[in-house]
Amino acid sequence: MKGARTQAGVTQADSESTTTLLRELVAHLRQNRTELREEWARRITEARLLTVMTKDEVFAEATSVYDNYVEALETGTFEALQAYSRNLSERIIPRGVQTDEVVGIVLLLRDVLARSLFGRYHADFDKLNRILDAYEPAANRIAITVAVGFVQERERTIREQQEAIRELSTPVLQVRERLLILPIIGVIDPQRARQLTEQLLRGIRTNRARVVVIDITGVAAMDSNVANHLVLTVEASRLLGATVIVTGLSPEIAQTLVNIGVDLGKMNTVGDLQGGIEEAERLLGYKVVPAGETAPQTQKI
Amino acid sequence: MEVPILKQGPYLIATIQSALADADLLNLRDALVARVGRYRSRGVIVDVTAVDVMDSFASRMLRDIAHMIRLRGAETVIVGFQPEVAFAMVQLGLTLEGVATALDLEEGLAYLDQKLKGAEKDTNASSRSR
Repeated sequence: MKGARTQAGVTQADSESTTTLLRELVAHLRQNRTELREEWARRITEARLLTVMTKDEVFAEATSVYDNYVEALETGTFEALQAYSRNLSERIIPRGVQTDEVVGIVLLLRDVLARSLFGRYHADFDKLNRILDAYEPAANRIAITVAVGFVQERERTIREQQEAIRELSTPVLQVRERLLILPIIGVIDPQRARQLTEQLLRGIRTNRARVVVIDITGVAAMDSNVANHLVLTVEASRLLGATVIVTGLSPEIAQTLVNIGVDLGKMNTVGDLQGGIEEAERLLGYKVVPAGETAPQTQKI
Repeated sequence: MEVPILKQGPYLIATIQSALADADLLNLRDALVARVGRYRSRGVIVDVTAVDVMDSFASRMLRDIAHMIRLRGAETVIVGFQPEVAFAMVQLGLTLEGVATALDLEEGLAYLDQKLKGAEKDTNASSRSR
């Protein structure tokens, strides 16, 4: 409350004195660096935060956080601190550090420093008040910056992983010259369907495919939207000059396709993946002959 | 912008260089249909590699070209659809039914060669059987 009142009535002189006070504060923090840092590291261990890190690691991180903290207080700019907190998060997230731990240690530092200010200025109550007025908003902003940096970094990691999973989930594989297979496993949501189409059409172009086998044995069911999307994909592939063979339709999916009224003349379906690849080889004019056998009577693989 | 039409052996090749106005498409249709007769061509390739937008009129024109040329006794194949264009077209329901398509010019030529060979074989077979 006090801080808010002071800020509301900021005059030139006030803001100047804030700067002076902050400078005095920073000098104090620099002077007592070793002591305060140790106190902080001790409180972190006491509070059982950062338990996944060793004592030395905690101390090393505490040192650099402390220095960055003081620097942010001194300069009033948060870019360096932001970059540092992102970097720190990058290192500690894989080790399983939780959000509450990070917020906890920053708030602990804030308390440790405030306590030391009390100790220093307890004789001069008015001065203490003014120092805290200058210190609190800055300290709060630092705490927010670090916490937000941590959360953002975490979200970025999650996004990247989601992207990676999605990429992995729709491989377009070339099994023979001009023949691609696209095995689909799991649930297809509209977004995955869109990505699937995109990758397939691009794959047709880059591999110069003429036949594509889409195997949906691993898909238990799909709603009519996704089924429709599948039909659109088949038609779009045809515009690129590729024939699509769909294999492994489950009875449920077959029913969905019939319900939405797919023109079966446009859709080439075969029972299983083996049959699909055989059909594709026939379309491409391949004939698989067992080694050492030259007779035309052969068995296709 | 006029679309150049090249004669290559028994085929005609028209490469569309950019998005075309409706009038240009009509001109292309008329020119192709006329030249198929004049050069006694057996096949026509329309290359749309450079086209990044295909509206309903353009795709109807492509279909009309293909059907008219079939009536004139030749085959048509549209080549070089971009993946994005292809998907946008099918979403709009412009599926070019009954029109042959191929990945690129090379594939288109291969397709026409095969068609031509098949037709010759058919005529040979039917003349022998007669």
